[in-house]
Amino acid sequence: MLVGGQFIRSESGRYRQVADPMSLGGTKENVPWASRKDVRDAVVVARGAWEGWSGRTAYNRGQILYRLAEMLEARQGELARALERGGLDAERAAAEVAATIDRTVSFAGWTDKYQSLFASYNPVAGPHFNFTVPEPMGVVGVVAPARPALLGLMGAILPIIASGNVVVALASEADPRTACVLGEALATSDLPGGVINVLTGPAAELLPHLAKHMDVAALDLHGVEPGLLRKAEEAAVGSVKRVRARSLDEAAWMDAAGATSPRWIERFVEMKTVWHPAGI
Amino acid sequence: MTAKEATIPGTNGGSAPLAAVTPAARTALDFGNAWSYAPAPEATDHVRIQPRYELFIGGKWQAPQSGKYFDTTSPSTEQKLAEVAEADERDVDLAVKAARNAYEKYWSKLAPVERGKYVYRIARVMQEKARELAIVETMDGGKPIKESRDIDLPLAAAHFFYYAGWADKLAYAFPGQNPRPLGVAGQVIPWNFPLLMAAWKLAPALAAGNTCVLKPAETTPLSALLLAKIIEECDLPPGVVNIVTGAGATGAAVVGHPGVDKVAFTGSTDVGKRIQKALAGTNKKLTLELGGKAANIVFADAPLDQVVEGVISGIFFNQGHVCCAGSRLLVEESAFEVLLRKLKDRMATLRVGDPLDKNTDVGAINSKMQLDKIRQLVESGEREGAERFSAPCALPERGYWFAPTLFTGVSQSHRIAREEIFGPVLSVMTFRTPDEAIEKANNTMYGLSAGVWTDKGSKSFWVAQRLRAGVVWANTYNKFDPSSPFGGYKESGFGREGGRQGLLAYLEVD
Repeated sequence: MLVGGQFIRSESGRYRQVADPMSLGGTKENVPWASRKDVRDAVVVARGAWEGWSGRTAYNRGQILYRLAEMLEARQGELARALERGGLDAERAAAEVAATIDRTVSFAGWTDKYQSLFASYNPVAGPHFNFTVPEPMGVVGVVAPARPALLGLMGAILPIIASGNVVVALASEADPRTACVLGEALATSDLPGGVINVLTGPAAELLPHLAKHMDVAALDLHGVEPGLLRKAEEAAVGSVKRVRARSLDEAAWMDAAGATSPRWIERFVEMKTVWHPAGI
Repeated sequence: MTAKEATIPGTNGGSAPLAAVTPAARTALDFGNAWSYAPAPEATDHVRIQPRYELFIGGKWQAPQSGKYFDTTSPSTEQKLAEVAEADERDVDLAVKAARNAYEKYWSKLAPVERGKYVYRIARVMQEKARELAIVETMDGGKPIKESRDIDLPLAAAHFFYYAGWADKLAYAFPGQNPRPLGVAGQVIPWNFPLLMAAWKLAPALAAGNTCVLKPAETTPLSALLLAKIIEECDLPPGVVNIVTGAGATGAAVVGHPGVDKVAFTGSTDVGKRIQKALAGTNKKLTLELGGKAANIVFADAPLDQVVEGVISGIFFNQGHVCCAGSRLLVEESAFEVLLRKLKDRMATLRVGDPLDKNTDVGAINSKMQLDKIRQLVESGEREGAERFSAPCALPERGYWFAPTLFTGVSQSHRIAREEIFGPVLSVMTFRTPDEAIEKANNTMYGLSAGVWTDKGSKSFWVAQRLRAGVVWANTYNKFDPSSPFGGYKESGFGREGGRQGLLAYLEVD
């Protein structure tokens, strides 16, 4: 698991076995199973990274995300193999990795452009200069969809961090191994440690802790089943969290036109309005 | 209303213990009572308040299924103004069904520009009836007539004007997104700005193509009922706007009704959280405009006389019944003494009393319940060791009143520094560095608004960038405009009202 730029096992020592269809003997691989404490630690680490990340210039965030796309490209074979071991055929795996790289490039470009679309100069009836600007919310908790395991995870994270938020993500339960491979690309990129934190483990167990945490500002939930979603939404009330939930099918995730809309960014920004008198 | 004999010359005729005599009172020219203000009450004779109001459902005035009515009283005289229908679940059900029917049959079939015309017409008729609306607002809620007349009414009409123009331009607001209305909006509003909040809720919802069920607060239902009459007069298709009166149970029925697609609530953080919880798992859209504990930060280089006016209006406007009131004053230490003296002098000149008097600055506390809450929090401030100063003014014997009050010696942990008082009570604290000011300002679960006062432009922007609040007033305070988004960070709620951003709450754009 990736927390604060470090590869950690769960503090609980728990793990889950994931089948490896490519091995001849039918061996299994061990994937960490995060605990409540891992969730709390990840939130603390993310919160610590937030000031630095949100304080960077939009241009700099764009550079870092583009560099991340380069890192993903360099590891595309490895990522595709991870997806294949998770059950995809070679063609679909390659397409998903390519789409993930494209999506990263796309959101690298959004970092210094969405402001021009959401911000406004407001023509108030009085001698004031009045404008509204979007700002990041803080730590956002993400539950990635089961599929697509790579594109779904990155497709959710990228629009959230583009504006300066930081993320604690629960990776796909169906294919957690790909997230671990992705973690290596993230850790070796220029992305500051703690901006993206990825945990593996069951959402049913971990999401309620994320939802309850007072230092998590928002939740982005993908494909969470109704009972768990309701529980998470109830737990989110304590700190009046912004909760967004949806279930997109794989085709929708692959549809770049829809999934790179600036609305994906707008869902996790706050609007700040500033007034100042104008006069001489 | 009877005021006690004046003992302090130069003030508005209050009696006060010697310790509270302010420097201004000591040095002010003494004209005795010769130049005191004469009463200047707004005439109410042409305003007709009905003895009883029914529910406005499906374009008709309907008696409640419950058969129950409750009184709405004037908080300044404690006199009954009218009795108002109490809607129960069956009534709310009828209202939601009427709204759904109106949505499907009329409102969604209407050309957007025609929808806009209806909303424009509401604005126009509100302007024509502005005086009547302002008087009723003041009688029912206790706010000074100069505020309801000069602020609430013009702003409420302006909201309908502003959003009317969006009706046929939604596709420009969210390019490439094919914005669609949500359906039926259930809206619950508070008692501090009854008509203005009704306008904030109805105008964008209607312009975006939704139909509405609105529940005004139980202590201030009258102006919303007058607005219903205006809507009737404007010939809106029946059921496009439904107004159901009642208390918390009625609001809960609106919020919880399965036929409601979107809920908008303005009120306390406590109730907002309950609504958020009730809506968990329902897929309904929700926006919340909740409480605040705004920091008003004053740097020593600020123009202090302007600051005094801003701080005073920031906390005493509308008796402090303002979610974005500047209730925590953070003053740079070197300016503390002089600012405090100026504030106390200015507080001594505030005229507290009959809200229908055109010279009144601070009117009646909205309800007995609210007065008790203010008193309780003020007592906690005294008990926890903060030093209280209350303006030396006479309070009328009938009605609910609280003298403008400030506390010094307040620490971050005091209840009066943490909890929303929603009354004319200011907590003053100090800071030494800009970083300390930011840290103290952001040290709250709320994040609705903040103020910053400095003569240095770069400093005000530096501060504005770092404040975790949805609205930052720099060198001004409590300004509103329909084109300017308003709403909170953190536990002050989510969503914005006003501007293009305010449309988002009433449209499907994902």
